[in-house]
Amino acid sequence: MTGASEIHPTIPVLVFPGSNDDRDAQLALERLGASAPRVWHTDEVLPPGTAAVVLPGGFSYGDYLRCGAIARFSPIMRAVAAFAGNGGLVLGICNGFQILTEAGLLPGALRPNETLSFVCRDTPLRLVRTDTPFTSRCIDEQHLTIPVKHGDGCWFADDDLLAEVEANDQVVLRYAQGCNPNGAVADVAGVVNADGNVFGLMPHPEHAVDPLLGSTDGGLLLGSLVDAARLSLAAVV
Amino acid sequence: MLVRPKPGILDPQGQAVEGSLRHLGFDVVHAHVGRLVEVELETDDREEALAQLERMCEELLANPLIESYAIELERV
Repeated sequence: MTGASEIHPTIPVLVFPGSNDDRDAQLALERLGASAPRVWHTDEVLPPGTAAVVLPGGFSYGDYLRCGAIARFSPIMRAVAAFAGNGGLVLGICNGFQILTEAGLLPGALRPNETLSFVCRDTPLRLVRTDTPFTSRCIDEQHLTIPVKHGDGCWFADDDLLAEVEANDQVVLRYAQGCNPNGAVADVAGVVNADGNVFGLMPHPEHAVDPLLGSTDGGLLLGSLVDAARLSLAAVV
Repeated sequence: MLVRPKPGILDPQGQAVEGSLRHLGFDVVHAHVGRLVEVELETDDREEALAQLERMCEELLANPLIESYAIELERV
């Protein structure tokens, strides 16, 4: 019998024109045991055996119009929407989060930071849910430190949408009290969709997987995703 | 098409512009910053043009959660 850790699930990292964290995401996922091919946005299908998909950070299409608004029309996004619709695991980091909200796969919108300043720093976070495929390696209420680096990270939902998101327990990650770097409503740093298989967050877990860089907390999130991807493959076999 | 932040939505860019205008001595109560998108259409049919422009705003140019839009038509 093959041990679970010997399975290297395929977790493609999408590359849009202007993505710039795709290599870090690839490196982090590979160090955590995944096979993480980078997939160009004009591809119309995901690689065979795809067990999860990552949309990386960056400035797709120069952030023209609104961050993420143009990337959602990339051919690969149709495949991502179908994959997510079938329960496939999708993770959007920073610009990837923006793309997923613009594509209607996640609730809310990402607006310019309240201060209008680009923020780039380690950020204390409070984990709200551990019962997701993206957070299973964490413990309840765990405090994580993961860097943010964005100009448009102010998650917004109007009162009705926020009430719905909170009622469905869709907030997975919040900025620690007093550490909200962008003015996000209800300190939201990351949300899942109602089905719980699509997750978007502004902090960059792929930049926090090596002690040399100060924190390995990002590895808890990405490692959880690799675990879940392995499980989904085991379920198929 | 004029796309702008919905009323009541925090508009930090508008606030920055508002503050700067006050610095210059203008008695500005509120400033909001939006986006102007100009397109030229083939059609001569006003109703059809309006319908197309509305769809453009709904499907791409404005994010209905945070932005409202207004349309102006002009024959060229």
